[in-house]
Amino acid sequence: MAKNKLDWQTGDANDGRAPLSLENVHVAYNTRRGKVRAIRGVTLDLHAGESLALIGESGSGKSTLGLAIVRLLPDTAETAPGVITYRRNGREVDVLQLKPGELREFRWSECAMVFQAALNAFNPVLKVWAQALDTAKAHGWHDKDAVRRRLVELLEFVQLDPKRVIDAYPHELSGGMRQRVLIALSLLLNPQILILDEPTTALDIITQRTIIKLLRELKEDQGFTMIFISHDLAIAAELADRVATMYAGRVVELGASDDIFYRPRHPYTLGLIRAVPTVTGGFEQLFSIPGSPPDLVDLPKGCKFHPRCAFATERCKQEEPELEEVGPGHTAACWHWHEVEAELRRNPLHRGALNLTDVIAVDVEVA
Amino acid sequence: MAPIIEVRNLTKQFGKGKERVTAVDSVSFAIEPGETVCLVGESGCGKSTTGRMVAGLLEATSGEVLFEGKNIKQLDSAAFRRYRQTVQIIHQDPYSSLNPTQTISQILTAPLLRHNKVKNRVAAEARALEILEVVDLTPARDVIAKYPHQLSGGQRQRVAVARALTVDPKFIVADEAVSMVDVSIRVSILTMLARLKKEFDVTFLFITHDLALAKYFAWEGRITVMYLGRIVEDGPTQRLINDPRHPYTQALLSAVPEADPELAQHKRQIELRGAEIPSLLALPPGCTFHPRCPYFVPGRCDAAVPALEALDVGGRVACPVRRQERVSLLV
Repeated sequence: MAKNKLDWQTGDANDGRAPLSLENVHVAYNTRRGKVRAIRGVTLDLHAGESLALIGESGSGKSTLGLAIVRLLPDTAETAPGVITYRRNGREVDVLQLKPGELREFRWSECAMVFQAALNAFNPVLKVWAQALDTAKAHGWHDKDAVRRRLVELLEFVQLDPKRVIDAYPHELSGGMRQRVLIALSLLLNPQILILDEPTTALDIITQRTIIKLLRELKEDQGFTMIFISHDLAIAAELADRVATMYAGRVVELGASDDIFYRPRHPYTLGLIRAVPTVTGGFEQLFSIPGSPPDLVDLPKGCKFHPRCAFATERCKQEEPELEEVGPGHTAACWHWHEVEAELRRNPLHRGALNLTDVIAVDVEVA
Repeated sequence: MAPIIEVRNLTKQFGKGKERVTAVDSVSFAIEPGETVCLVGESGCGKSTTGRMVAGLLEATSGEVLFEGKNIKQLDSAAFRRYRQTVQIIHQDPYSSLNPTQTISQILTAPLLRHNKVKNRVAAEARALEILEVVDLTPARDVIAKYPHQLSGGQRQRVAVARALTVDPKFIVADEAVSMVDVSIRVSILTMLARLKKEFDVTFLFITHDLALAKYFAWEGRITVMYLGRIVEDGPTQRLINDPRHPYTQALLSAVPEADPELAQHKRQIELRGAEIPSLLALPPGCTFHPRCPYFVPGRCDAAVPALEALDVGGRVACPVRRQERVSLLV
């Protein structure tokens, strides 16, 4: 199929400034048990054209952060202090201060969120076409023909047959098709930023691959700015330029994908990588992280990871470390990152080039 | 040694008339005591249905399940009881598989008493504490008084394993047993299960959609790949993972996302002719993979269901067209 070059805005209009900047963002939920501190001071820039993966386990705050950016948090959520600055065409707004009308404009046409392809991401009684038209109308776009042309173009872009899909109800589509439709719908209003929450979770492996390919196209050919939220390290490895590891509501490590996967400096990132096997290649011993994630109502003092950390000392129990530079463009929040580095020298991760040459060598030998 | 579990031409159909689907179609395999076998495949391939028939939770439409060489339908009541105790199943969802109104103590002592594993309540409680130690739920005294909702997902799954252990099983069907558990905790549960293999001679049928987990858990064992109700390939894990022969296995392994950026960049991309899995209600004739298979031979692949044939490199494959062809998974 011929690839359509869609005329969406790239971030160039911002004079190289990040289209999205988070500054000391906090989110807390008020519950009967007390205050759930889901996000505790996240500061990061999303660069134009990059794809950033937020990884972490359940309760790490990654989904809350995504929802905070598009202001879809429930009413029980408090979002102070913190600033989320969004920039486009030299204009700048604080997302957290937007009024209802402005907010509606911001969502979808500036920043769109794609949820897990579960059925409940759709209105079950609307056909795909009605869904799209509803969205367009809500944003003041009433030219039916133009909306239809745009939808057809987008459905073709995500490699669906518009004739088959446009008049289908969500339940008539397979999981993979629903995820494609959601991605197509998210692009309807030319957003600058796309946030994808677990974009491949619950899909079959071969379907996952087709979605990954599609997202790579959006990233590489269309220069889209994207945030991936996933518990699955593989999604980060497949799609991200940069990776942010989250734990107990904070970014504990941030760096280029290769730095995170091959030169992690935070014990939690290292723990995650050592807990996840690859498929192709030889056997690698895996290790789990002891204990379980902390209770967000009753967080431990000091570094929130210290009860599970092999490197923890008295200092970690008292003082919470801030992100500090551990390499070019690579930050980690750990008092003992030098020791993590030393540990990796002693026990290297059998990954990347090393692992790969092993596999290729074996292959050539047998063939 | 005789297989502890064997299935022959096992078939399961659901529904009636036009709605009738064949979820499992003439599946045959044998598992020796001490082996670890992983059943892998995508949703709808029949792996869980097969596991449930092996565990006796579901009756086969045709074909048979043999326990220590005897058809489970022909066992006398004492032998059937022994089968039901020896073969246990652990389900995927530790939130719905544990009774929320019972304490861990009640959950564990009920089967101990029911199957006369212990003399009285006091002994049952003591045994329950021992079992909690085995599954690393410590301090056991604290855990035993709790209700399931007071435990994390990983801890609940350990309780589910503990419950299976109350009746001294020798064969455990683990159906997506760690799929709902957080990444950092998964490995510790797999390690615990691997310890049961060694210490209690438990044989495992490990059912998963996650090839990376299958590889890790059954590195010394075997993997069986199912597609739309049929086995398409099986063999020793180390061979199957790095030298798959069935085009579906190759497609699956090349498609699986890798948690390693460099590896991810170097995976071969196998283009399929069709992206969608056919519906079980309208299965294609012949090899059910043929509408998607890149090596489709018209008149051959769509004419007859290919039989599983033994491979000289170990295992079986149901593809007469490609069985001798090796495909490198990396470029």
